[in-house]
Amino acid sequence: MIEESYLPLITWMVALLAVPAILVLRKNPNAREGATFVAALAKFALVLAMLPAVMAGRVLRFSFGEILPGIPLEFRVDGLGMLFALVATSLWILTTLYAVGYMRGLKEHDQTRFFTCFAVSISATIGVAFAGNLFTLYLFYEMLSLSTYPLVTHHGDKAARSGGRTYLSHLLGTSVAFVLPAMIYCWVKSGGDMSFTDGGFLAGKIGAGDGLIVLLAFTLGFAKSGLMPFHSWLPNAMVAPTPVSALLHAVAVVKVGVFCILRVFTGVFGTDTLESLDITTAVTYLAGFTVIASSLIALTQDNLKRRLAFSTIGQLAYIILGVSFLSANGITGSVMHIAMHAFGKITLFFCAGAIFIATGKKYISQMVGIGRQMPVTMTAFLLGSLSIIGLPPFGGAWSKWYLFLGALDAEQMLMAVILVISSLLNIAYLLPVAVNALFRKPPADSGDDATAGIREAPVACVIPLSITAVAGFVIFLFPGLVYDLAQLLISNG
Amino acid sequence: MEFLAAGFIEDNIVPKFNYWIYVILMMIGLYAMITKNNLIKKLIGMAVFQTAIILFYVSIGVKAESGIPILGHGQHHEIVDEGRPSSEVIAKEKFANPLPHVLMLTAIVVGVSTLGLALAISQRIYISFDTLEEDEILDQLRPGGHD
Amino acid sequence: MTEHYPVLILLVPLFGALIATLLGRERQLACWLTALISLGVSSIFAIGNICVLLASGEGELRYRMGGWNENSGYEVGIELRIDMLAALVVAVVVSVGLINTIFAKTRVAGEMREKVAFFYALNQLLIVGLCGIIMTNDAFNLYVLIEITSLTSYALIAMGNRRAALSSFNYIIMGTIGASFYLLGVGYLYIKTGSLNIDDIHTVLQSGKLWGDASITIAFIMIMIGLWIKMALFPLHGWLPNAYSYAPGVVGSFMAPLMTKVMVYVMLRVMLWLFGGAYIYTSGLVWGELVVWMSIIAIVAGSFLALARTDIKKMLTYLIVAEVGYMVGGAWLADGAGLVGSMYHILSDAAMTFCLFLAASIVILRTGDHRLTAFNGLFARMPLTMIGFTIGGLSMIGLPPTCGFFSKWYLISGGIAAGHWSYVAALLFSSLVNAVIFFRIFERAYFGNIKGVVDEQLPDDGDGAPPLTLERVPLSMLIPLFLAGISVLLVGFYNQTLVSWLMDVIPPL
Repeated sequence: MIEESYLPLITWMVALLAVPAILVLRKNPNAREGATFVAALAKFALVLAMLPAVMAGRVLRFSFGEILPGIPLEFRVDGLGMLFALVATSLWILTTLYAVGYMRGLKEHDQTRFFTCFAVSISATIGVAFAGNLFTLYLFYEMLSLSTYPLVTHHGDKAARSGGRTYLSHLLGTSVAFVLPAMIYCWVKSGGDMSFTDGGFLAGKIGAGDGLIVLLAFTLGFAKSGLMPFHSWLPNAMVAPTPVSALLHAVAVVKVGVFCILRVFTGVFGTDTLESLDITTAVTYLAGFTVIASSLIALTQDNLKRRLAFSTIGQLAYIILGVSFLSANGITGSVMHIAMHAFGKITLFFCAGAIFIATGKKYISQMVGIGRQMPVTMTAFLLGSLSIIGLPPFGGAWSKWYLFLGALDAEQMLMAVILVISSLLNIAYLLPVAVNALFRKPPADSGDDATAGIREAPVACVIPLSITAVAGFVIFLFPGLVYDLAQLLISNG
Repeated sequence: MEFLAAGFIEDNIVPKFNYWIYVILMMIGLYAMITKNNLIKKLIGMAVFQTAIILFYVSIGVKAESGIPILGHGQHHEIVDEGRPSSEVIAKEKFANPLPHVLMLTAIVVGVSTLGLALAISQRIYISFDTLEEDEILDQLRPGGHD
Repeated sequence: MTEHYPVLILLVPLFGALIATLLGRERQLACWLTALISLGVSSIFAIGNICVLLASGEGELRYRMGGWNENSGYEVGIELRIDMLAALVVAVVVSVGLINTIFAKTRVAGEMREKVAFFYALNQLLIVGLCGIIMTNDAFNLYVLIEITSLTSYALIAMGNRRAALSSFNYIIMGTIGASFYLLGVGYLYIKTGSLNIDDIHTVLQSGKLWGDASITIAFIMIMIGLWIKMALFPLHGWLPNAYSYAPGVVGSFMAPLMTKVMVYVMLRVMLWLFGGAYIYTSGLVWGELVVWMSIIAIVAGSFLALARTDIKKMLTYLIVAEVGYMVGGAWLADGAGLVGSMYHILSDAAMTFCLFLAASIVILRTGDHRLTAFNGLFARMPLTMIGFTIGGLSMIGLPPTCGFFSKWYLISGGIAAGHWSYVAALLFSSLVNAVIFFRIFERAYFGNIKGVVDEQLPDDGDGAPPLTLERVPLSMLIPLFLAGISVLLVGFYNQTLVSWLMDVIPPL
């Protein structure tokens, strides 16, 4: 049931409309951040306004008209897009609050540019979430790469520039080298139609040989998903200010990557086609390898943000793994993991940033005993870690459960074992951080005064991370919305 | 040495000698344009090259036992009914094809202007570099050049 | 009146050139105005031409020069033939000429004080020549017009410094060889077919009786080699980089986008309307495969050579060499999508090259540096110019929504449809190299310091005004840059319309 509506357009536009406001108000930081807040709240409200229609099984559509023969620039809001938009916009509000505290706490330069690019990035993310066809998806995917580049290189020093170079060369390079030709191939094969349809627009039009190549081209080409071997942009992008790492490199950008791959599996090929062609094994093994390898690398990292980055790579690979099982439970797990991991990981990043503001510490080895100074932050870190590991009563437990079921359904015993091992590895690289910080004394020679009392980060930073940590628990109790949206995808597929 | 046999020359060289001459001239010109070091010699080569093509064109207008394409007195007065000169009256086999000649008038003009322009530019080069030898010019450019 | 549009496009600037020469060096403003008005009028006619074509619905306009033999059966006299492709390319040529004339206003007086009148005269003559090339339907006439264009461009390039004179000399040598080869080829065609009218020759060749004939093969090879030299297809590109980069800024900025593109147009014209698709693609010759491979080499080599340059204009000229490879390859894929891509790329490449050359000219003028170091810190100091440069650069890389993306789209789909994967790979490779080239520049412009060194951090200037501004660029230079930038976006935005027009132009293969 498709319904014409202007809501997707307006939702997409809101963040862009904030840009001129941010630029005009650049002399007055309070008004400038006010504009960002208004946009963030409006955007979230608009997404919520579309929720009932989507829950009722309808698809909201807005078309700008044809751009290429047979291909309109078009928004379509369905369950998957809705879920992603909900996660991104709700977390944008919290991140804005956090960013205000972070940027001012560190007296960062060029804050206007920062908030401008942030707004554009969110707009691009929503564009991807709502994209109605492959071309629109690609357009906003590239827009996101370009608009986040100034954020990654925000500090402008040598490390930031080399990080930025890796960032662009990986994301732009893979999208041009793999996605573009694969997309044009689809266009030629499908006879000019590229709209995501239930069951896939390539269904019945492609063979196993070229299907495998196209599938791999898409999977590797959407390198924002951090799938190995094109993952190294993500740790390098950690030079960015922490709000960027938190929202973009734990939620928006990386989730855009896996979201695109989900779309390719469900909207371009269709799970039935993929099953009959039997070409997803390669993706399964690639994702399985990434899960284990990234967890092992994460163990060796001492820089907290880099450890979290490798953890993100592993968690993203879960999502790809889940969808590559092609079973209902696997896909449910994947879609739910987009939301569950988002809440968990953003908490961890918020905490890492809060530690940096309050103490200037970046390395895990420096953080022993830090919980005495920052009890709220480190408690939140503990909760976030538990959610990522997938222990009840936190949101991550649900998605991991379904992923595990998916592996069993698909009779991928090896992958089921990998999921278990990886969860153990998650415990090994996340829990010690929180436990050491909370329950051990700081070493005597660290220069920290254990009796100094509580020195938390600014309130604007502590509030968002507390909210997301609690949200990780709430979402365990009420996973209904996320589950229902995931079911929309399956019932239609 | 088979191709030097008398039959070969009679069959291939003699009836097509105009082509052979133009090809030889053209190759001489091309050789000079590409290999000569002196800019003026290059231009001489260019002139030979262009002339060879003009010869080629002019020679293709030739017909056996035909004259220059100028109408004799009275011929063009004989008008047939439709209002145009009748081909029966003007025997076309008696005249060389004038069209290539006319084309070459234009080509000659083009060639002369190219040559004139090239000479003017080489004069400017001489004024700036004090030489017309290409290697010496390049030597002068090397230290400051970024090529 | 409307039936005379084609010839009026040619006549107005021709007389404008005459007037500009007569006005002489003392009245510079009058010369400029003459050029501006004549090209302005000419571009109105060029747009009128498109409208007439659309309104007539016949697909082509024909104009017999001097009304020769309008009612007789003889093919005597020179004919102009304008289809949609020709009308579009003419419109691009004239409007690029017009915009560049605006751009030239302050530059010419600075760069060549003594020769202002001659510049404007030659400038208009060049446009006349290019438009003539595009519209004529006579093979020999085409040669003359190519030489008119070349002669004016030799003279324009030589107006620069002493290096420009030397580059111009080399261009003369190469250009003459190219044009002479073309002339020879036409001679052979005339021997065999007895006509110089492109349609007549096509009619004779179409029957297929002459396909195996050695003369036709020779004619074909000669014409193609001649055109490839003129359009600088690698490895026949030697003359281009020096000629365009040492030429005065205002000359390079409109010659670079126009000359090679018009020659590609001529190649398409010769392929499809003179020899015909049947001869080119299906007569049992293996040219197609060979030429596509040549174009692949051109794309790869051009990209590599551009990557290795530190001189802004040199780099851009090697990018042109690569772009020529795109179009030649697209034309020889023997596929409708490839042909459309090639035609569309003529338009889009003209727009983006023009945009880049204008921006580069301004940058070189304001910074006094012709190397890539000139871009250091320019986003802060010349934001408007850099916006123009960025649009051009993104288009070269092929990112949406610029026109470069859409031309790549059509070319790649042509490559896929024809099954020529190596051509697709070459296009993608070139995109990646262009990304490296341009993002290297963007990074400099974004972070680089004012003087050479890019390693220290910029002083923190908070959110206030940038510390130093170089952007005292006259409006007469910024407006052309913006028009060029907008046209890059518009050509992209209206790609579907343009492509649907071009589809109709292609004769059945």
